Amino acid sequence: MTAPAAPAERPALDDAVIRVDDVTLRFGGVTSLSEVSLVAPRGEVMAVIGPNGAGKTSLFNCLTGVYVPQEGTISLVRPDGSTARLNGRKPYSVTRLGVGRTFQNIRLFNALTAVENVKVGADARGKAGPVSVMLGLPRMRREEHAATEKALELLSFVGLSGRHDALASALSYGEQRRLEIARALATGPQVLLLDEPAAGTNPAEKNDLARLITRINAELGTSVLLIEHDMKLVMSVASYVVVLNFGRVIAAGAPEQIQRDPAVIEAYLGTTQDDEGTHGDAADD
Amino acid sequence: MVLLLALISGPGGSSTALSYGFRHSILRPRVIPFVVVGVVAWALVELGRTQRQTVRSAVMGRLEGVRRRTGGVIPRNRLTRSALPIAALVVAVAIPPFLNGYWQTVLVQEMGIFTLLALGLNVVVGFAGLLDLGYIAFFAVGSYTTAYFTGRLPVLPPFTLNPFWILPIAILAALIAGVVLGAPTLRLRGDYLAIVTLGFGEIVFSFARNKTDVTNGDSGAFNIPHFSIHTAGIHYTWGGKQLPYYWVLLVFVVLIMFLFRRLENSRVGRAWTAIREDEVAAAATGVPTVRYKLLAFAIGASTSGFAGVLYAANVGFITDTNFVLQQSILVLVLVIFGGMGSMWGVLVGAAFLEWLPEKLRGSVPPSDRFIYFGLLIILVMIFRPQGMIPSRRRALEIRQAEAGIGEADALGLPKEVQ
Repeated sequence: MTAPAAPAERPALDDAVIRVDDVTLRFGGVTSLSEVSLVAPRGEVMAVIGPNGAGKTSLFNCLTGVYVPQEGTISLVRPDGSTARLNGRKPYSVTRLGVGRTFQNIRLFNALTAVENVKVGADARGKAGPVSVMLGLPRMRREEHAATEKALELLSFVGLSGRHDALASALSYGEQRRLEIARALATGPQVLLLDEPAAGTNPAEKNDLARLITRINAELGTSVLLIEHDMKLVMSVASYVVVLNFGRVIAAGAPEQIQRDPAVIEAYLGTTQDDEGTHGDAADD
Repeated sequence: MVLLLALISGPGGSSTALSYGFRHSILRPRVIPFVVVGVVAWALVELGRTQRQTVRSAVMGRLEGVRRRTGGVIPRNRLTRSALPIAALVVAVAIPPFLNGYWQTVLVQEMGIFTLLALGLNVVVGFAGLLDLGYIAFFAVGSYTTAYFTGRLPVLPPFTLNPFWILPIAILAALIAGVVLGAPTLRLRGDYLAIVTLGFGEIVFSFARNKTDVTNGDSGAFNIPHFSIHTAGIHYTWGGKQLPYYWVLLVFVVLIMFLFRRLENSRVGRAWTAIREDEVAAAATGVPTVRYKLLAFAIGASTSGFAGVLYAANVGFITDTNFVLQQSILVLVLVIFGGMGSMWGVLVGAAFLEWLPEKLRGSVPPSDRFIYFGLLIILVMIFRPQGMIPSRRRALEIRQAEAGIGEADALGLPKEVQ
């Protein structure tokens, strides 16, 4: 037995925040995700790991509406237990339902200041239309004020309190990473998707980041889904790990359990050079 | 190259004197300014690369220093910020009554109308970053709506109205045209959108030219009446004078700038900037991108339709040639020259570029006027790509693009999701 029976490891439905059921995503003849099923537990930090090209970012893009999988369903489970289907929705609509994300390569609005970047996220919760903006209606002013307040609060939460008037492009790399997280948090997510947040950061920044992720989870009560290559970071923050390889879930469970899992070790160390063989083993067992 | 330019722009030949065009283009002293201009432009581009950088950074450094020093002396408060606009408004109110008829006509029919058009296109190109090459089509919609409701087209309306009351109808018509064009096409990005809008502009132009039983084709619609109000005891007719039209234009330009400024500094403006900078990230941050792009399109189109009514009523005569592709490009040039996304830049740029050819009339050969116009634009684009008075956000985007960071403008290819 090289892989544990994944379904048995899944948390029960009532404490899930995102459910992915049998999702298959193809690009022409290439299958990027193949019958992926997983459950992200509510109020926890879950990590999605796997070698390059395993389909981690494809999974994130399916979760956020950027890609539409050909098969399967993805649903967001609200705290009251009701579910909302995510696949087939436009990205902005997925975000407004409560799924915030960051990008592997930082994608900020560089010509806007830090606080304006975060306010774009906070605006997702506002309702004022162009007419009330042009007329300067009180409701619009209240919303604008509330957005500024929320943005400043989040900037200080991620540790950028003195930098709110700096242009996004003027921030350091680590600061930009944190600004992107603040922007995603401003949309009021139930679950925050972080795509390799530690990529390109130095060890000190990695420690700060680990602390920030833990605080987001503990203080804001936001569930976190994390793609990360840095195993030390994954092991220090995640309470649950899912391993993808060749577009399939090959293991899922607690971090310690995953570290010992033969299928995972094989996927990472590549005991079998033959791709087909590795693929078959992981899938069949 | 320079000789070729002189030859192309020179007088045409005739069957009796075959070399007439050639002789008058090149052998006359007319060629001298061309050669001088060409050599200077070449020298600036080829030789001055390093010097240009030094000059630019020196000037920028100096300006920065001045700003820092005066920033402490002159507090940036409401009063000082509104001083410049108020001064501009005083000039705009005080000068025109003393101009002669010719310049008043230029002021209204060239500078005023095109400023309005440029302000509208600035929302589309400057704020939302969408390249629209068929913008003049909405101007046509406004103009032909006016011609229709005043009964000056072969198809007669159910009732006729004075152009003044057609304003809201035409704004609505242009807005609908904008939404009809935008709804299916705004999913496209960059170059693709530009091509679609180009096609739309051509469709509207071809319709105006060829559907003669509706639009009168190239004979156009004429005798469109002037604005007049006969309501609630007020009786006023704008008549053939330009100044009353100028006041209408001025009021609306001020109003439009005020409203657009509010949009720019609100969640709408932030959303537009976000879309322009990175559409994928904007959507992931909860911005309904298509809706906001459609909004920009609709606002630009209705401004253009509005200008179309003013133009039709003022000139009294419209024809298909008012709505050729070249006009769309001209408006785009006004926006880029002034500074995309900067309303003051667009205002100053549009007014200046519309004024320049008229000023050159008489001092240079008529056929050469637009060569100087073109030269000026080339020079500005080389030395000040962000425009005369750039917007803060846009200037930064261009600097970043030069350094190879991020997407520069509407023409930039979309980054793929990684």
